Amino acid sequence: MTAPAPAPAVPAPAAPRIRRREWLHILTRAARTPRGMVGLGLALVVVLIAVIGPFVVSYPPLAFVTVPGSPPSAKFPLGSDILGRAVVLDGGWQLLLMATGAMIIGVVLGTAAGIAAAQLRGWRDGLIMRTVDVILAFPQLVFALLLVSILGPARWLLVLAVGISHVPQVARVMRAAALDVSERDFVKAVEITGVRQSKVMSGEILPNLITPLMVETGLRLTYSIVIITGLSFIGFGLQPPAPNWGYMINENRIILTSNPWAVVAPAILIAILTVGLNLFTDAIARVALGIERAEKIIAEAAGTGIVSEIPA
Amino acid sequence: MTADVAPAPPVAGAKQRAHPVARLIWTRTALGLVTLFIVSILIFAATQLLPGNAATAVLGHNASASAVRTLQLRLGLNKPPATQYWDWLSGVLSGRLGTSLANGQSVWGLVGPRLLNSFVLVVLAGFIGAFIGVGLGLFAAIRRDKPVDHALSVGALAVTSLPEFVVAIFLVIIFSTVLLHVLPGVSPLESNSGALKPWQAPKELVLPVAALVVVIVPYIFRMMRAATIEAMESEYVEMAQLNGLSRVRVLLRYAFPNAIAPTIQVIGLNFLYLAGGIVLVEFVFDYPGIGQGLVNAVADRDIPQIQFIVLVLTAFYIFMNILTDVVTLMATPRRRVPR
Repeated sequence: MTAPAPAPAVPAPAAPRIRRREWLHILTRAARTPRGMVGLGLALVVVLIAVIGPFVVSYPPLAFVTVPGSPPSAKFPLGSDILGRAVVLDGGWQLLLMATGAMIIGVVLGTAAGIAAAQLRGWRDGLIMRTVDVILAFPQLVFALLLVSILGPARWLLVLAVGISHVPQVARVMRAAALDVSERDFVKAVEITGVRQSKVMSGEILPNLITPLMVETGLRLTYSIVIITGLSFIGFGLQPPAPNWGYMINENRIILTSNPWAVVAPAILIAILTVGLNLFTDAIARVALGIERAEKIIAEAAGTGIVSEIPA
Repeated sequence: MTADVAPAPPVAGAKQRAHPVARLIWTRTALGLVTLFIVSILIFAATQLLPGNAATAVLGHNASASAVRTLQLRLGLNKPPATQYWDWLSGVLSGRLGTSLANGQSVWGLVGPRLLNSFVLVVLAGFIGAFIGVGLGLFAAIRRDKPVDHALSVGALAVTSLPEFVVAIFLVIIFSTVLLHVLPGVSPLESNSGALKPWQAPKELVLPVAALVVVIVPYIFRMMRAATIEAMESEYVEMAQLNGLSRVRVLLRYAFPNAIAPTIQVIGLNFLYLAGGIVLVEFVFDYPGIGQGLVNAVADRDIPQIQFIVLVLTAFYIFMNILTDVVTLMATPRRRVPR
């Protein structure tokens, strides 16, 4: 091409000065906003409980120590559960690890699919996005439930199922953002020099997708926790005796009147964790994209996690 | 809609173009059907064509060889996969859904009444949530930066992304067990066809609907508030205000129509969410809908029921997706113009 391309109708927002560790910059700025601070604080409380929980418990969590459903006492601050075991809040770290695993699978596969679709264009774009649309036709929980229905809830399968169920949402967002980036002059310039497509994608496009990547990471981590605890709640998560907050809530519902803490404590932890993560994600989006766009993105995510666009 | 203007003015030489909304409906429906077809293959593969043996998975590894063989014959596992799939698909399309592996009853007899129950739940929760969300969003936008607005926004933040079963459990604790005993926490409705219909027992619906409403309202509220504020700051609203139009007229005639389009999309997405959200909420309240039916079927490894319920849920999901896009497009006139 010899003639200079006509200037785009909307000029790109002031030539982005490539800042090293831009993501770190966004993170610290987000953590300094009131919303980010509260969110991070809430999430950290739960992480702390999850990590140190197993070390401060003085009795074996599976031992039957007292009368089933007894209310809190000096010895057992949260009372006992339906089987007479002391209510202890261990097992959080398993949830966190599984959710992180699912988030990584979803974000990595989704980003790869989205960028590839945007950069390769044509029939390959169509093929990738239509494939992704097939998974999008399932409510995420139902998709995971379908995969574990016959194979059984093995840990790796849960992580994989939840991770794959994230792929369409991530891919759609990343494709939209990558389409935008791939139109910019510096990408065109690199393409002309004959660099391989895969190199263009990883070297030129990916580094410019930091904002959507960060927001997506936050959203998918939150949704992973929601789905995994939900599956555990209906009995298709980690199988007992593995400690498990979702299953605890369900199992102890029957003794709700005698010792509500056996239900309330894990429910509150899950609530604090998801709300905290969501607040922090919200703060990241606000810092990176401005309040109005962030507000719309979080609102759009709703229960389905389907977001149409997060600008690069 | 303008689509009703049937005899389009014959423009000389111009090729008759379908109305963009009509075209969208056609292409999306066609694409949706293709997607549903592939989805059905996926559902079938995940349940019946797994590597290994579905019959052993259903019966457990201790099952006798003869029991496994009987089940294999019953599910047709001895036939080639394509034949099995075709048998299943043609069965579903002609209304022959087979019988449950758990109790031998017909799948339609088990799932049909549940469909109605879930439909009532989804429609009630969806519309109530939409009205509350839009109303509160509009209200907060008018009272922008006043204490009411802040209170509503903080409230919405605090419940955004709460898992629905946690909300449901807290509702049970507050209204039907530990604190108060004003509402039933467990639904006495049953799923057989002669049972009480949900509208005959409205009290049982309160908590399940409330749980779903609490989950969807914050998103609708936030979108409505953000979109209304954006519209109020636009130049056309400023123009209208400068022209001396009343506040109410400016809000309802100028700001509202522009704010409602993105909100409609979010409302549609929330209906989509409800397709999955009912699973856990129905489970908590023992509400006999297809969500609870799915959980039971998965627990029993009842393959025919799992296949049918997941197919219904995905079909609803695909259909709602198309509907959302169409309604959003109709609410956004500037996007209706063919480019």
